[in-house]
Amino acid sequence: MNRNYELMFIVRPDMVDEDLNKLISTLESSVTSAGGTTKTEVWGKRRLAYRVGRFNDGIFVLMLIDGVGAVVHELERRLRVTEPVIKFLTVRTDEELKRLDKIKKIRDSKKKASAAPAATAAPVAATPEAGTETSASAPV
Amino acid sequence: MAEETKAPTAHAGSSGSESRPERSGSDRSERSGPRGPRPAGGPGGPREGGRKYFRRKKVCKFCVEKIEAVNYKDVRLLAQFVAESGKITPRRLTGVCMPHQRRLSRAIKQARNIALLPFAGRAQ
Repeated sequence: MNRNYELMFIVRPDMVDEDLNKLISTLESSVTSAGGTTKTEVWGKRRLAYRVGRFNDGIFVLMLIDGVGAVVHELERRLRVTEPVIKFLTVRTDEELKRLDKIKKIRDSKKKASAAPAATAAPVAATPEAGTETSASAPV
Repeated sequence: MAEETKAPTAHAGSSGSESRPERSGSDRSERSGPRGPRPAGGPGGPREGGRKYFRRKKVCKFCVEKIEAVNYKDVRLLAQFVAESGKITPRRLTGVCMPHQRRLSRAIKQARNIALLPFAGRAQ
């Protein structure tokens, strides 16, 4: 069963881009080989809220993973072994995404319900305002 | 008019034994009235006997602005609900509703774990 995860990890600030890219590509390949998909965002260097070891800042990387739980397990094991990684956090997001989808759907249906009577009322009220009406309905 | 105003007093005087305990009872309720809401900090309207002040009702920021996704990555948002000491601000001060406070506190704790927010003290 595929689930969505967000894996954020911090590497030490003095890591070279080349090494970081290599690390990311190995992590990605380990996910894809297990039948999952990933999307990686590198946030770049950021100040840490507190000292970790002897580091005051770090390079933040966010991976969006779609796969089974074993994939995450493997990734975490790799991150633990990898020396330049100073912190990581995995969050499961599929239920949250589902919830947000549901809310969005409800809101959209409400919008349509409110837009429908307006559309029926508009032709009766004034025909020259047709131009404004279409512009208003476009963002919906 | 004068007769009408006199009449109730005369009536009260005649049945004084009955009306007095009632009055004292109502006095008690008046005293306990202002005392009751004070610790709760509820919306204390201008009430007779109590302090006259008006407190605006707090509303949940997340409900008003329709922010559904309370995420640990949104540091700007979370930082609004963290005291300077790094503590999560209680709901009674911010007015956040319970469902959102639950999500909020979870997000803050996750953000702390990944060093986006401090556990204690100000972010450096």
